[in-house]
Amino acid sequence: MTAVRMSGVRREFGDVTALAGLDLELAPGELVALLGPSGCGKTTALRILAGFERPDAGRVELDGRDVTGVPAAKRDMGMVFQAYSLFPNMDALTNVAFGLRMRKQPAAVRRRRAAELLELVGLGAHGDRYPHQLSGGQQQRVALARALAVEPTVLLLDEPLSALDALVRHQLRGEIRRVQQALGITTLFVTHDQGEALSMADRVGVMRAGRLEQLGPPEAVYAHPATPFVAEFVGTMNRLAGELRADGRVLVLGAALVAQDAGDRPVGARVDVLLRPEAIGVDPDEAGAARVRERTFLGSVTRLVVAMPEGGEVVAEVPSPAAGADVGAPVSLRVLADRALVADPLGAAAAPRPLAAAPA
Amino acid sequence: MAVLTRVRWWRGTILALAAVYFVGPLLAAAKFSFEESDGSYGVDNYLQVVRDVALRDALVTSLEIAALTTVVVLALMVPTIVWVRLRAPRLALTLESVTVLPIVIPPVVMAAGLASLQGKAPAWLANLLFASPLTALTPFYVILAMPFTYRALDAGVRAIDLRTLVEAARGLGASWPAVLGRVVLPNMRSAVLGAAFLTVALVLGEVVISRILLYTTFPVQIVQTGQSSAGVSVALSLASLVLTWLLLVLVSFAGGRRTGR
Repeated sequence: MTAVRMSGVRREFGDVTALAGLDLELAPGELVALLGPSGCGKTTALRILAGFERPDAGRVELDGRDVTGVPAAKRDMGMVFQAYSLFPNMDALTNVAFGLRMRKQPAAVRRRRAAELLELVGLGAHGDRYPHQLSGGQQQRVALARALAVEPTVLLLDEPLSALDALVRHQLRGEIRRVQQALGITTLFVTHDQGEALSMADRVGVMRAGRLEQLGPPEAVYAHPATPFVAEFVGTMNRLAGELRADGRVLVLGAALVAQDAGDRPVGARVDVLLRPEAIGVDPDEAGAARVRERTFLGSVTRLVVAMPEGGEVVAEVPSPAAGADVGAPVSLRVLADRALVADPLGAAAAPRPLAAAPA
Repeated sequence: MAVLTRVRWWRGTILALAAVYFVGPLLAAAKFSFEESDGSYGVDNYLQVVRDVALRDALVTSLEIAALTTVVVLALMVPTIVWVRLRAPRLALTLESVTVLPIVIPPVVMAAGLASLQGKAPAWLANLLFASPLTALTPFYVILAMPFTYRALDAGVRAIDLRTLVEAARGLGASWPAVLGRVVLPNMRSAVLGAAFLTVALVLGEVVISRILLYTTFPVQIVQTGQSSAGVSVALSLASLVLTWLLLVLVSFAGGRRTGR
């Protein structure tokens, strides 16, 4: 049983391919986050599901019913937009009741249902406020209530938090997830913020150039990225020079790790080994050739940027009590994982270099 | 300090000159309109305006035309502008140039064109169109009003996040008429009122075409009255000027109430 099925969906804008044959299924009640850099096609996927864009090819199904050609107004979707989208000429209650009004529900039913939903998003006392009298976070809550009022088959969230400041964004994350789980509503959530995707979603889909690179639970996407792109887009990732051995292991920093995604590279091939900051231990070592360059206390962990003797830097995150090395101190590095993803070296010089896609 | 004073002095002078230029004639006209035939002052001219049946009929005709023109212009322009903004942004420039045409083409030329149509059209069409000034002049004024209404409405659409509002409404199940009537129009009230006001002002001031086509509209009647009795005509002009001002104040007040935050 699937609530949403998109199969082979293609969309091109001029000579830009926004979606290159997307296949995506959502189980009922599931929250799937589409994550990716701007221009990866995630918003186009959402807009095609909403009915605001037509696919050039492919099918969109809701509860097994083909809706590819159905206009947005007849799809029963609830959508929360990135931009503030409340109708400025209506107060919060009337905004929430709008969808019911369009469905010709009696006034009493509309008012009762709208009041319930405002209560659900914690704005029961704000029904008579106009959008310009509400803060950004409150407006997005009302927008969520408005989207849910029509009891949509699918809830669509198009970066609803990106216009808000950090504190409100964190609060609303939890709030949206709570409401979504309470109502058990199937939800597609588009974001470029990996923190949002990882913390809110049942499954995260990482997109690149119009395709899904990986779709899986947040833990799996983080711990076992399917491709180097996913590895480097989600969380912080180090690239360290390594060498493939005959037994399928890769030699890096003196440790032999099970090499994932090694493919048919020959024994002895030079590869980059992808390691998370928390998979690297840093020990003070008078004989060590590496030096601590930066030290950032982050609470439970301390982030150390270590300059390698052969050039380049490695980012490590160690539990704060174990972070003994000061800036400038000689250290040696240790690998704490027993397996790692390998990739082709980025440039000719396979010096270790960290790639911090975005701070986790 | 000296510079500032000089700037202020200049500003004051120019303001004063402008005031004399604009207010002087108005004051003179007002004085003239209150003069009675025996040289004393009174409201005779204004009473005559109210009593004049021909004037009243002409005013009713013109107001009817103004109302119909406004409705037709809005019904044509609002969906067009929304459509172009959302679906065919490349046509925006074309639309803008097209709407300027009525300014470029002299009204006399248009009137001549219409007059020749009057002569050549089949009888049923001529009867349908030209029997009353309402059906004959309204299509004309709709076209004449386009340059002003387009600009007013376009500015109104620019001021709102049209795409998001329309998509939000569509996503909630609103039909296109509901999107326009309940979401788009209410959120560009001041632009719509401005466009309506410009249209009304245009209809109440247009003489050339209606005169050539021999329809007695309000401005035509003012001119005719002025030829027989100057005092009444001036009283009338002043009265309609005050009325226009009142309308303008009303529009800016009504428009500013919601948009102001």
